[in-house]
Amino acid sequence: MRYLPKSPADREEMLREIGVDSIADLFATIPAEYQLTRDLKVPRQHSESEIIDRFREFAENNATGYASFLGAGAYRHYKPVIIDSLVLRGEFLTSYTPYQPEISQGTLQAMFEFQTMICELTGMEIANASMYDGSTGAAEAMMMAVRVTGRDQAVIARTVHPEYREVIATYAQHQEIPIAEVGYAANGRVDMAALDAAITSETACVMIQSPNFFGTIEDVAAIAEMAHAKGALLIVAIAEAVSLGIVKPPAEADIVAMEAQSFGVALSYGGPYCGVIACKEKFLRQMPGRIVGETKDMDGKRGYVLTLSTREQHIRREKATSNICTNQALVAMMVTIFLTVYGKQGLRELAEHNLAKAAYLKGVLSADAKVLFEGAPRFHEFVVETPAGAVETNEALLAQKIIGGLPLAKWYPELGPNASLWCATEMTTRKQMDAAAEALRAVAATELTRA
Amino acid sequence: MAYPANYKYTKEHEWISADGTAGTVGITDYAQSSLGDIVFVELPKEGDTLEAGKIFGSVESVKAVSDLYSPVSGTVTAVNGELKDAPEKINDDANGTWMLKLDLKDASELDGLLSAEQYEAFVSEETGH
Repeated sequence: MRYLPKSPADREEMLREIGVDSIADLFATIPAEYQLTRDLKVPRQHSESEIIDRFREFAENNATGYASFLGAGAYRHYKPVIIDSLVLRGEFLTSYTPYQPEISQGTLQAMFEFQTMICELTGMEIANASMYDGSTGAAEAMMMAVRVTGRDQAVIARTVHPEYREVIATYAQHQEIPIAEVGYAANGRVDMAALDAAITSETACVMIQSPNFFGTIEDVAAIAEMAHAKGALLIVAIAEAVSLGIVKPPAEADIVAMEAQSFGVALSYGGPYCGVIACKEKFLRQMPGRIVGETKDMDGKRGYVLTLSTREQHIRREKATSNICTNQALVAMMVTIFLTVYGKQGLRELAEHNLAKAAYLKGVLSADAKVLFEGAPRFHEFVVETPAGAVETNEALLAQKIIGGLPLAKWYPELGPNASLWCATEMTTRKQMDAAAEALRAVAATELTRA
Repeated sequence: MAYPANYKYTKEHEWISADGTAGTVGITDYAQSSLGDIVFVELPKEGDTLEAGKIFGSVESVKAVSDLYSPVSGTVTAVNGELKDAPEKINDDANGTWMLKLDLKDASELDGLLSAEQYEAFVSEETGH
């Protein structure tokens, strides 16, 4: 196939065929006042060396040498170099989610391995070949529960990531799914009494996050029992996939929706990330997206096929199970390679490493700040109340190249202006944590003088 | 003949055989052969009410998922449980494999459906033969 630009003669011929005189005639339906008549004023073309210089200049504007204590759904973890060298291979990099899938056996095998590892990690029976991200995965899980149960309401814990809840609300608004939100108890876990009261005979699903937005691990088994007693499904959202290295898989859930960014995907200002949906096998036909299956060909050799795409948008149009008709194949590949490199034992050690770092951070910060929500197990994030406002504190820390915890007042005003969410991962050094604690002490001292 | 004369047919390729107000519904031989290997059938529950011309379930083949439309209105009295584990029975014998039985709300709705002869003509028109 030739990829050649159109010649003036080609254009003439096409215009004649359509029956118009000029390209401008094609835009005649757009009112003149909205038509751009001047030149676009894009910069002149640059040579390759000029472009490289220009981007080098841009790169110098990047902030380097900062210590970051941000988490809240996007986590800094080490990314083994083998991930980039493998995903940049042309066979993987250029293949979009395949529409004629069976000729891409390598891509299908990688997706099959992804699904298998996700099932082992989450304790679910089936997993699809990935979703956009954790938030859309959670929203799709809710709609799946509505289809499975024939009920149309959802109960969601306020400790589910606030931005996931915003995405869910966007979907729910147009699907006409009323949402009831349930608050948290003094230990940072979902308020069980309020949860029990919120679940009705119209509740399709209960959604919690574990570890939740405050870093606290929920009692999944108890919540599952409560949801199931009233015929609702339990959806467990997971924003920090590395936690599964040490936290018990939420096997009591009916659907698990997860963000897998922590597994070898760069932070990249928030995307592209890798969403996951895994569930019990009996919900297979209500699951959005696609599944890769293993089979044998006519010669009895192992082969991979794409199954269930009959329910997707490109075949079933407006009756599709979901309008998510694609997946994050390349990003899912990063996750697959990460999990293969770390392995079961390596992932456990990584999780333990994160836990230890967070314990140290908590120790040094508590000298001058109060750690909230004690009394329930956590992973590597926790809420602290600093002596001064979280925003002001962060400004002072930033001057010392320290990015402090995420101020929470925007989503949890009841926690006050001094509450922020701190995170430590294996990337956080002891030196950085000591420096943060010291900077916090300086802010606290200033605050004392002022008072 | 591929289409029994004592059945009535829809343009969406379902058949219904009725005895008084007791109806039995399936899909036609043409439908099964167009779909190819059927792998899953989604049906309503006993006691559900169906409305003529409205979707009551779906049938999934390796190629596509197609909706099932109710030929008449009524209440489901039985669902063929065999299809859960052996949906291929429809491919083997579409005329003899029923999907559900229902109690017709208004037997006169049958008069609006196609006869075997009309259905056969409709199919050959649709396929251009």
